[in-house]
Amino acid sequence: MKKVIMGNHALSYGAMLARAQVISAYPITPQTQVVELLSEMCADGKLEAQFIKVESEHSAMASCIGASVAGARTFTATSAQGLALMHEMLHWAGGGRHPVVMGNINRSMAPGWSIWTDQNDSLSQRDTGWMQFYCASNQEVVDTVIQAFKVAEALMIPAMVILDAFALSHTYEVVDVPDQALVDRYLPPFKPAIKLTTDDPRAFGGLTGAEHYMELRYRLEKDMERAPALIEETGREYGKLFGRDLGLVDPYLCDDADFIFVTSGTAGYTARVAVDELRAAGVKAGNLRLKVFRPFPFDRVREVLGQVKKAAVVDRNCSYGAGGIFYQEVKSAIYGRPGMPPLFGYIAGLGGRDITTESFKEIATDALAKDRPEEEIVWIGVKK
Amino acid sequence: MRPKKAKKIVFKSAEEMPLMICSVGHQTHNLTGAWRNIRPEIDLGRCIKCGICWKFCPEPSIDVVDEWPVVDYDYCKGCGICAEECPSKCIVMVEERK
Amino acid sequence: MSQDAKNEKKFTMTLPADELMACGHLACQGCGATLAMRTMLKALGKKTALCIPACCWAVIDGPYPYSSLDVPIYHCAFETAASTATGVKAGLEMTGDTETTVVAWAGDGGTFDIGIQALSGAAERNDDIIYVCYDNEAYMNTGIQRSSATPYGAWTTTTPVKHFKTRPKKDIVAIMAAHRIPYIATASVSHPEDFFKKMKKAKDIKGTRFFHVYAPCPTGWKSRPEDTIKLARMAVQNGYFPLLEIENGEKTTLNLKLKDRKPVDDYMRLQGRFRHLKPDQIAAVQAEVDARWERLLKGCAA
Repeated sequence: MKKVIMGNHALSYGAMLARAQVISAYPITPQTQVVELLSEMCADGKLEAQFIKVESEHSAMASCIGASVAGARTFTATSAQGLALMHEMLHWAGGGRHPVVMGNINRSMAPGWSIWTDQNDSLSQRDTGWMQFYCASNQEVVDTVIQAFKVAEALMIPAMVILDAFALSHTYEVVDVPDQALVDRYLPPFKPAIKLTTDDPRAFGGLTGAEHYMELRYRLEKDMERAPALIEETGREYGKLFGRDLGLVDPYLCDDADFIFVTSGTAGYTARVAVDELRAAGVKAGNLRLKVFRPFPFDRVREVLGQVKKAAVVDRNCSYGAGGIFYQEVKSAIYGRPGMPPLFGYIAGLGGRDITTESFKEIATDALAKDRPEEEIVWIGVKK
Repeated sequence: MRPKKAKKIVFKSAEEMPLMICSVGHQTHNLTGAWRNIRPEIDLGRCIKCGICWKFCPEPSIDVVDEWPVVDYDYCKGCGICAEECPSKCIVMVEERK
Repeated sequence: MSQDAKNEKKFTMTLPADELMACGHLACQGCGATLAMRTMLKALGKKTALCIPACCWAVIDGPYPYSSLDVPIYHCAFETAASTATGVKAGLEMTGDTETTVVAWAGDGGTFDIGIQALSGAAERNDDIIYVCYDNEAYMNTGIQRSSATPYGAWTTTTPVKHFKTRPKKDIVAIMAAHRIPYIATASVSHPEDFFKKMKKAKDIKGTRFFHVYAPCPTGWKSRPEDTIKLARMAVQNGYFPLLEIENGEKTTLNLKLKDRKPVDDYMRLQGRFRHLKPDQIAAVQAEVDARWERLLKGCAA
């Protein structure tokens, strides 16, 4: 059924169609509509779930973990400061292998108070053992939530579905809301092999000495390495049922491109417009949108970059003292490999500042004028 | 009830470990009697079977065998609560023989 | 009694024989917290799930891949005993297990300090869990640092003798009573039958139930391990730790009415952590205990 819904409601629909059984959340701008709609769905009986109205994001994630270990499918959503408050519990979900799925609305970290988008909140959670999916449309949000549950539960690794504040969270788009019966076929009920039960009493997460800890983390990494193939496989399966393939990356006109933008989130769709305009002006441009950041899609990134002459990574984030985070990661993915292009790094759009087609053209002009990057970070649109 | 003297668990590889971090064995493999410096000895001739030593044992390492209290020295840590609380003073703490 | 008659006599058990806590655990000699666990599990039985945050019990249970208990445990983050328990309860209910009693089992640091937000949240929502705080009056697991449950006068590693703690213990029971939850009880390891009875009662109540359990710690109190029960008993008998129940935040019942309360002096003298206190300082503790006791009697009468 086609519906015009906002990005936040796309998260709610995803959780509803996935038949989340326990939802625990705390309000934060710009996430509130996600949980408001889910509260209504629970109250109306459209969704058979317990909604725990906790007193903090920390408790939200703690109770999701508790519900997950008891065998329930769990969902929450947050943003920025809330995600940061959860940080400890993200490690708990990742390290404990609890496949919670969470929506995160990318919002800049305070201070100063900002409710507008950038990616430093979610990228600060890079090493917590969560998968991270960056979405660029409301359709992709609904679809990705459903897929995220499937992948998360198969690997017992939690997953974050991420969308830009306002640029997506509050933007209304036409969404083909998947049919419940088909979703049920795609995503069977969560039946973990081990769970907390009095029938088979076990102590979870006890004191773990040096003789065991490393093996447990080795297994987490090995299972994370299985994720890219599984995301593509379940993405194709999703395509067969719903007509939309879900992949690790979303290339646009990359096959014959000389120069590409590497982007994530909604900036990717703006980049496409810039690509079209550059092509009209005679530049063979393209765009590679990274949808999955963890696990890092090494193979897909190398494939695409291996066939272009130059690439510019556009980061809506900054690791202070090292520069754009996607830039650093893409660079390390291609390091030492033959046939890889010079890679340029740009930071734009922090704190919700718009990244426009003009921003992309400025980036293209800068990168195309140089043989090699002259600086580690080039700031776009900043008043220096 | 758990088996006493459960087996110690040795994983030979990461794959043998359950995916989730959870217990697969009993802590009874750990014979805490080795911690003891003094040991309780019960003079059953004076024991009135009041059950006080049993109910206050934090291990619990006082078993009830044929309706009599029997110290399980594999686990008794020698805290001395049983001797202190015994109303008939039939438990004495004596130096552990090493 | 003749030996024959004694041979015939049954061994007295004032609590059920079944043990859900096994030996081999890692508690110190004479640990009160361990005895509290043993007694609680006798009352709640096998259909019980525990959420244990950072506290002595995170270690006592035994390291991975072992456990000392015959009930499932989730070892959770320090400040999340209540919120994890809420989640476990919801998860169990949504997967068809409405029977299991979910218990958050935390120390005083995890309750009075770092976990109080999650506890207050769960209590305000009246989540269907039992929260047990076993109180040994300091951060014992990390090496005896002061908590807001540490009483006036006590030495800890962060309140050294020259700067012993001068603020009183936080009144956690009053804080919980202000949440008007259905059931609050205090209990002491010296009175296991009383603890057992209250835990049985709590098991059949729906909503948030809170237990404050007095659990002496020989290691942290610098007391003799064999004095654990004696100290707990003295604290009850001198009014330092009264045994009571509060229903719906209103009706307070004193379980053990004391005609002649003993002075706190003897109790404090058995503990190295109070050794430095001068008579006037002990008198100040006595005055505080007396005042609290009077308030409690008034509260019961009201």
